[in-house]
Amino acid sequence: MIRRSVLALASAVILATTSAFAEGVIKLGAISPKTGPLAGGAVVTQWPNIQLWVEQVNAVGGLNVGGEMMTIDLIEYDDKTNPGEHIKLAQRLATQDKVDFVVAPYGTGFNIASAPIYGKFGYPMIAVSAITDKVDELTGRYPNLFFTLGTTTAFVEGVKSILMEQRDAGAIGNEIAMVNVADAFGIELADKARELFTAEGFKIVYDKSYPLGTPDLSPVMKGAKDSGAKAFIAWSYPPDSFGLAEQAIIEDLDVNVYYSAVATSFPAFSNAFGSKINNVLGAGGTNVDDPKIAEYREAHLKITGKVADYWASANTYAALQILEQAIVGAATLDREVVTQYIKDNTFDTVMGDLNFKNNFSNTFWSVGQWQDGVFRGVKGSNVDGAVDVRLKDGWK
Amino acid sequence: MIDILISGLLLSGTYALVAMGLNLQYGVARIMNLANGEVLVLGALAAFWLYTTSQVSPLLTVILVIPVSFTGNWIIYRFLLTPLVKRSKTQGALEVDSILATFGLSFIIIGIIVSIEGGFFAYKYLSEPIRILGSTTSLNRLLAFLVAALIGVALYLWLNFSRPGVAVRAVAVSTEASGLVGINVPRVSAIAFALGGTITAVGGALISTFITLDASMGVVFTLKALIIVIMGGVGEIRGSIIAAGILGVVETGVATLVDPGLTLASAYLIFVLILLFRPQGLFGKHTT
Amino acid sequence: MKRSNWQELIWAAVITILAAFWPMLANGYWLGIGVDVMMYVALATSWVLFSGPTHYISLASAAFFGVGGFIVGTGMSDYGTSFWSMLALSAVVGAILAALIGLATLRLSGVYFVIFTLGLAEMIRNLVSWVQNNFLGSRGLYVLTDFSDEHLFWMLLVTSCSIYLVGWIISRSRLGFAMRIIGGNETVARHVGINTSMAKVILFTTTGLFGAIVGAIIAPRWSYIEPNQVFSPQLSFFVVIMALLGGSGRLWGPVVGVIPFLLIWNWVDANFPNQSILVLGLAFLLIVYALPNGFVGRIEDLHNKMKRHS
Repeated sequence: MIRRSVLALASAVILATTSAFAEGVIKLGAISPKTGPLAGGAVVTQWPNIQLWVEQVNAVGGLNVGGEMMTIDLIEYDDKTNPGEHIKLAQRLATQDKVDFVVAPYGTGFNIASAPIYGKFGYPMIAVSAITDKVDELTGRYPNLFFTLGTTTAFVEGVKSILMEQRDAGAIGNEIAMVNVADAFGIELADKARELFTAEGFKIVYDKSYPLGTPDLSPVMKGAKDSGAKAFIAWSYPPDSFGLAEQAIIEDLDVNVYYSAVATSFPAFSNAFGSKINNVLGAGGTNVDDPKIAEYREAHLKITGKVADYWASANTYAALQILEQAIVGAATLDREVVTQYIKDNTFDTVMGDLNFKNNFSNTFWSVGQWQDGVFRGVKGSNVDGAVDVRLKDGWK
Repeated sequence: MIDILISGLLLSGTYALVAMGLNLQYGVARIMNLANGEVLVLGALAAFWLYTTSQVSPLLTVILVIPVSFTGNWIIYRFLLTPLVKRSKTQGALEVDSILATFGLSFIIIGIIVSIEGGFFAYKYLSEPIRILGSTTSLNRLLAFLVAALIGVALYLWLNFSRPGVAVRAVAVSTEASGLVGINVPRVSAIAFALGGTITAVGGALISTFITLDASMGVVFTLKALIIVIMGGVGEIRGSIIAAGILGVVETGVATLVDPGLTLASAYLIFVLILLFRPQGLFGKHTT
Repeated sequence: MKRSNWQELIWAAVITILAAFWPMLANGYWLGIGVDVMMYVALATSWVLFSGPTHYISLASAAFFGVGGFIVGTGMSDYGTSFWSMLALSAVVGAILAALIGLATLRLSGVYFVIFTLGLAEMIRNLVSWVQNNFLGSRGLYVLTDFSDEHLFWMLLVTSCSIYLVGWIISRSRLGFAMRIIGGNETVARHVGINTSMAKVILFTTTGLFGAIVGAIIAPRWSYIEPNQVFSPQLSFFVVIMALLGGSGRLWGPVVGVIPFLLIWNWVDANFPNQSILVLGLAFLLIVYALPNGFVGRIEDLHNKMKRHS
């Protein structure tokens, strides 16, 4: 409430100074967790980018919609990481607040849970933090739903190609130690990896899951270490990505390839472990040398006070840029027209030129690596600037 | 084998830190404190925040946390919970009221934590390997274990061999009878509640050096604490320590020998089995 | 006693008929809240069936709700079965599970019972995750149906009515009488020759059966089922809290607890987007202090006062 009025005030001041003529506002709704298990990720990847984009757009007087400058009025809600709660709030956005557009939610389950509601009201949903192998089935069912961060298979493929390269180079053998968190995304990735890795002749010599919220991962790491594999792959979530790295340091895990999935790309990961996690691989990646990305990251730090994460942050921002360009390009707030515009056009974003084929944007990073304090993309689809994979060399 | 024992015992230390405070609060002050885990996360937040903003060692934070959390918990008991204690006619009514009130309290604390730090409390302290009897473990876990042991022994001695401690135990057995023999029950209860909260907050500060927490994780610790307290027997510090020991070793054993995927399931299974055979917990007394 | 019982049933029927028209009056947000209200009314009423008369506080609601959601999710997503067959299966599994839990808890009382049910629910949650991980190997559990909120609302309304009816019949039967004696004093109950074990297990089984049905009905609404979400212990706490706020002494207690609770909840959500959890906590404490005996207690106080005045 307070925040909304502060934003409104700020934009009013800016309007007065830039003397732009603005008649209308665009109501934009955003629901994501601020509390609950997914909040820790959402406050890194989702919320700061919404804040950044809204402030930037309003700072220049808003969006030019068919000759009229319209500022963004952001309406935000906390779903508390609860699907029931999220659905209700989505209905509120659509029928009470009557927002013009929405920001797609954070998390695969939440995107799918809210898709029927947003679909009914014709909102285009440019999903970012939602990774699934059922893109075709879902977009067939919900033609307003777009995916931008890749598929489960693509993420596993990225890791697989690194493993194959390193096997050819002699850095690792055929043996892999693999663990996963026993929760939706972790299970899905591990399941796919089992299939793809073994098809390439790899032997998963340690293959275990651990429950969400395991307080002590040392038995897992000891088991992986005893397996003697030179490659360690963890399909993990934020708290355990940290926990696994800590145990790897303690056990001095002797591997040449170390990968952990979600949250490895968070700046907090590097802040916590410093140089010890140099050459750790993780889901995501970015090309910090790209001037557009560099400029974006600088603005992110300046406006939100936080370093952008090295993965989905840029995609989240790019999704908002797509929405922006589609509204401006279609020159209307008519959602049907804007949705069609998204389907038909290519957009100039921080992630490069993005377009959708069957509602799927095939431009994303799948694997990145911490190299001297920066998490750089090493594998991806249609992205430039991938650097060579380095071998993990101790935990100093 | 030695690995299991050592890792297991160190994990038990963590669990003991989580549960001892709740046991004092529930066993003596009769407050089923559902905000226990959030108090723990507050302690963790203090350690994280002071370490990352001003490089204060978490060990120093632990010392700072003691007076702050004691006062805070005392105030909570005195002003928030005493009215409920006074108005409830039976133990059951107080249980219902304290469940409702502390559930609300847990939301308030989460709200406060989120307004300070909504993300992960990611930092590492004393994350150095150390070898004990040929098994590798980390210094921060060892430290938490030693502090847990220290608190456990101190509590045991205090409860059994000091005058105020005996008063606390008397209240744990019966509030009515203690009142009759001239014990100031409200005061003893307030002290027990505040002391319990302090142990929990200290535990949180120590645990944050090796587990990456965030605002939402309090409930995980509340659940564990409830399980341990009930498994050991209400009002029995010994029981909580032994229950924590069993859980730690069983979880580590199952994770190493069977499947890490079953660690938490096995912990709950042990709990369920123990209650099936001892409905009042390991050390609890039969009330009926 | 008998007359007021019938009176209550008639009132319930009138309210049900009125409620059935809700989807015609409300859509979108308010219908969504209606679905939520119905879900918690059903869960809390089925909770009161057992916990009301016996005073045994069960924290196992999430286990039953989760079983329902998970069975529908797995069945429809991985085995291509129909929603209705999975709904039926959930009810059966929920009932069997509840009967087993009921048997296991017979010797427990007080807080030991409370935490035992919580521990058991958590054990089930972890076991289900493990089974899914190792044996079902799912690509995510998608429950994609054409049900709209109206359908789910009516299904939940029917479920709630069935629970109420079952409860009403039980309260007039020997079983209900037995339960009230158990709640008063279990030892006395045993001495007067009541098979307390049997009575408790039967009632707990009905609780589990309905809990699983509610979970199954909600699954299409969530569309994507994650075991850790449907088995979330938070649900068990919410159910208990709403039932207690209403007052667990009456079968209609949950209804008067759930509605104000959810209205306050949604009002806070909408008006304090950045600090909703903190404001909810404060609202919570206020309710606890202002309404010592729940809403039912307040309503009955008022009722008695009015009687005295007239």
